[in-house]
Amino acid sequence: MSDTLSEKAYLTLVALSAVSALGILLAVILFLFAFGGSALSADFIFNNWNHQHIEQAGVLQAIVGTLALAVGVFAVSVPIGVASAIYLTEYARSTWSVRLIRLAIRNLAGVPSIVYGLFGLALFVQLLALGTSLLAAILTLSAMTLPWIISAGEESLKTVPLAYRQGALALGATPWQTIRHIVLPQSLSGMMTGAILGVSRAIGETAPLILVGATFFMNGLPTGPLDKFMALPYHTFILATQHADPHAKSYAAATAIVLIGLVLMVNGVIFYYRYKIRKKTLGEIR
Amino acid sequence: MKISEKHIRIFFQANGILSVLVLAGIFGFLLINAIGAFQTITLGEFFGTTWNPTSYVQPQWGILGLLVGTLLVVAAALLIAVPLGLFTGLYLSNLASPRVREVLKPAVELIASIPSVVLGLVALLVLSPLVASLFGLTNGLNALTAALIVAVMVLPTIASLSEDVFSAVPDAYRQGGLALGATRWQVLRRVILPSSLSGIFAATMLGLGRAVGETIAVLMVAGNALAFPHGLLDPVRPLTANIAIEIKEVVTGSTHYQALFAMGLVLFIITMAFNVLAELVLQRHMKRLGA
Repeated sequence: MSDTLSEKAYLTLVALSAVSALGILLAVILFLFAFGGSALSADFIFNNWNHQHIEQAGVLQAIVGTLALAVGVFAVSVPIGVASAIYLTEYARSTWSVRLIRLAIRNLAGVPSIVYGLFGLALFVQLLALGTSLLAAILTLSAMTLPWIISAGEESLKTVPLAYRQGALALGATPWQTIRHIVLPQSLSGMMTGAILGVSRAIGETAPLILVGATFFMNGLPTGPLDKFMALPYHTFILATQHADPHAKSYAAATAIVLIGLVLMVNGVIFYYRYKIRKKTLGEIR
Repeated sequence: MKISEKHIRIFFQANGILSVLVLAGIFGFLLINAIGAFQTITLGEFFGTTWNPTSYVQPQWGILGLLVGTLLVVAAALLIAVPLGLFTGLYLSNLASPRVREVLKPAVELIASIPSVVLGLVALLVLSPLVASLFGLTNGLNALTAALIVAVMVLPTIASLSEDVFSAVPDAYRQGGLALGATRWQVLRRVILPSSLSGIFAATMLGLGRAVGETIAVLMVAGNALAFPHGLLDPVRPLTANIAIEIKEVVTGSTHYQALFAMGLVLFIITMAFNVLAELVLQRHMKRLGA
């Protein structure tokens, strides 16, 4: 093989590897529709689950459960995450306590989700006696989401030019006034997109839900935070692995389409939004 | 009392410290429950080869079979994901035109946001029949199928970290190579790759940490047999899958329950060790390139 030919072969191999990511993404969506497309209908989305007659059953309760989980996780983890990010970027000097916090955040991000499940089981379900419930699941997934939200928050806060802060402080503003009126308005949209991405990832988790709260079947919707609840990922899991109906797998695929539709919709909107912001502010930041 | 700047600062600091408390809490709850298990089980039994906690005759608490299951899946997954991820990072950082990048980079990131259960389902429906027919097996629920899907899951982690690592190579290196008459591939192969070795190592370790912790997708396709595995085509039950399978069946506070927490502690320590290692190596690497 001549040099230019092998050169081309290598570069093509590298390019193909990168394109494989796109291939995987498309293949996943394609296969889901191939297996679950026929089970997908308006009834499937808007009916309650029906154990005996799976062909009449719908996933409305699981959709509502997953959305309730999303709202709950957002409400718990975003305020704490944003406040932590503000502390780390705006207040903290490089002391041992800051190093400890950063070390904790990095390690939290690497803890397996099933271990978060064990933590939630021991603390929220057992010790705080919340039982396997929506609230226990919200708190468990919030702990898991927290490090992602802090990292996104820090990144967003760092895009605010230092000169803005110095200007405000020089004019006599206090640190809090500077944060409240100058830094936060500039970085809020970035922090929120990061937060929404984090929450959308959290609600796709199944393993912790097995331990702290989801159920496969219930009458109606949860009426309070201490009720059990249904969730799309857990529903997909049970249908795929533990349901006797011969068509269960296509209903699992249909449930997965609803779940991935929810997650990808959120991601798509945010990617588009980021793309537009980047185009607008290109050169201003860098 | 008027809220002063000091109070505000303390409020933010308290939120920051909460992360430390959560990490300490995770470790603490795992440890407390795990210690309970070792009042009945000896360490020797815990690191035995057979896991059979519900035996009527003599319960056995050995996690080695499960640990080998984890290692088989993780090793095979990395064998696929590391080259693929490195090439993806190389392409995104050095070769792709801005327009191609604008499409491929989100695609890689989107893979990370596909829920684990969805990938597990696709593996169950598509990969496992494929593996079964390729190797003439009655079913494709084994370590290899699990490894294939775990490879997909850690690909984004390895690809984005190695993209950062390759982008951090100073431009002067590349320009120097090209000025000396090297081709684009020669520059990648002889300049960019060698100067990124420790970063590549860090990316691999981070991927390893992720792979060890994967639960649901693995549980769906690994076969979950308790027999000690001897190869990639054997059904395996990795540690994560075992916890998820058994935790709902055990009596709270029983030895079995506590042994599952001990297993969680093992997972926690393994993943933490690889994450810390990755972090340290990466920091040193980036600092050296920056200097």
